[in-house]
Amino acid sequence: MDVKDIIKPENRVYAKTPVLTSTTMHYCPGCSHGTVHKLIAEVIEEMGIQEQTIGISPVGCAVFAYNYIDIDWQQAAHGRAPALATATKRLHPEKYVFTYQGDGDLASIGTAEIMHACNRGENIVVIFINNAIYGMTGGQMAPTTLIGMKTATSPYGRDPKLHGQPLKITNLIAQLEGTCYVTRQSVHNAASARKTKRAIRKAFENSALGKGTSFVEVVSTCNSGWKLSPVKANEWMVENMFPEYPMGDLKDR
Amino acid sequence: MALRGAIVVDTEKCKGCSVCVVNCPTQTIALAREVNSKGYNYAYMESPESCTGCTNCATVCPDTCITVYRIKV
Repeated sequence: MDVKDIIKPENRVYAKTPVLTSTTMHYCPGCSHGTVHKLIAEVIEEMGIQEQTIGISPVGCAVFAYNYIDIDWQQAAHGRAPALATATKRLHPEKYVFTYQGDGDLASIGTAEIMHACNRGENIVVIFINNAIYGMTGGQMAPTTLIGMKTATSPYGRDPKLHGQPLKITNLIAQLEGTCYVTRQSVHNAASARKTKRAIRKAFENSALGKGTSFVEVVSTCNSGWKLSPVKANEWMVENMFPEYPMGDLKDR
Repeated sequence: MALRGAIVVDTEKCKGCSVCVVNCPTQTIALAREVNSKGYNYAYMESPESCTGCTNCATVCPDTCITVYRIKV
């Protein structure tokens, strides 16, 4: 059978969701951001909530998320996405509100905002991209950087005596009463991407049920910041990031 | 009953990251020797007869530039 006979509209099993715009993403080749954007867009399409969803984009590489997912967006000052999401959700309780934040945004400058939003149990979804580095600004050390990991500001590797220990902020957030669902996922292969999509869907459903804050960490790569090829970065992540940030649900109620 | 599949890559959007190549369970995909207008070696079906249309490549593609087709034969 010829390929031409297979490529027909009636045989199509996977195509780009219309919730994702056709703008070419500015992300580096192989960046996890693109995959997570797509999963969020697919969940929005499947739930039929494109008109009811408001995203809060962060400061960081994902600041331009509003160019890629065709929903309403606001853009927050660095780390303040949960505060903006709180206001948005309280003013529009019928809407689905989510923040999309990196580790520099959420676990460093925005620690106060995320902790208190989660503790208040705002009915929002938090998508947390943890790639253990500041990607946009040139690969500086983040709170989540692993011990011994070389970055622009820790050229000899992160030293716990000098720089402290990696901050497992998701574990802290799981302790807070306001959160109903806290999970850690990844998107390095098809199986894990599908699991992450289910987690994002569950998080959006929780917010409609008014159960509290849902927090989805996606352990991700920054191949440019890590100075590795996309495929090598995924392998490095499995080998080094997963022992420190193990996959799975930390809380589900 | 066997499954036959095929993919169509938006070669201008593809950045040649190879994540689809390593995620293909049947080694169907490879990067082309040719480049697109941005200079990336884009993904293509090197051995189209082995594609089963499993959608793994499209699921992991960060730039969502793969469309998948599948039939039962």
